[in-house]
Amino acid sequence: MSSNVIIGYVIITIGAIFDLLGCIGLLRLPDVYNRLQAATKSVTLGTMMILIGTAVVTASPWVGIKAGLCAVFILLASPTAAHALARGSYLAGVRMWDKSVVNKFKERAEELKYEPGEGE
Amino acid sequence: MSFLYFIAGILAVSSFMILYRIGHGPSASDRAVAIDILGVLVVGFVCLSAIVTGQDFYINLAIAWSLVNYIGTLALAKYLEGRRFDE
Repeated sequence: MSSNVIIGYVIITIGAIFDLLGCIGLLRLPDVYNRLQAATKSVTLGTMMILIGTAVVTASPWVGIKAGLCAVFILLASPTAAHALARGSYLAGVRMWDKSVVNKFKERAEELKYEPGEGE
Repeated sequence: MSFLYFIAGILAVSSFMILYRIGHGPSASDRAVAIDILGVLVVGFVCLSAIVTGQDFYINLAIAWSLVNYIGTLALAKYLEGRRFDE
């Protein structure tokens, strides 16, 4: 077993552990927003590390380019999707946890809720 | 190679946790969040299968799946927000 395979397996193992911890957070935390926070960050990092580990193990330039492209796309797209989901959840009326301490979206949400309707 | 099956087992346990959250989620937002996370996790599965089988084209599947997952999550977020899609 050559050295790049061992390094790649180590990176993939760390990524899989990040995935597992993120999913435990998704299962255990008390609130939609807490679950979104934990799961999105951990699973994004874990999947990026699995992609980079795949590029290191295969040691092929085409696989490396495509895996790097996919990792950059996930790095950009997953927080955006999480932001949209949190915003949609708040505007849909999902309540925050009782012990949450800060809510900077409240005034803006009230403005949005009282906007006139969009042609429906 | 059997070490990669161990990694796939870890990812499978994570997937079952997400499936529990999809099934028993208290609200629709929980299910939408879990579907998003499951879509990101599937990219890792596809990359593992690229190593196990030795076929390079699985990376293309990973790119395509991440694009589709992103668009689907944005559509779910718009649906939760209660607005139209062309806004």
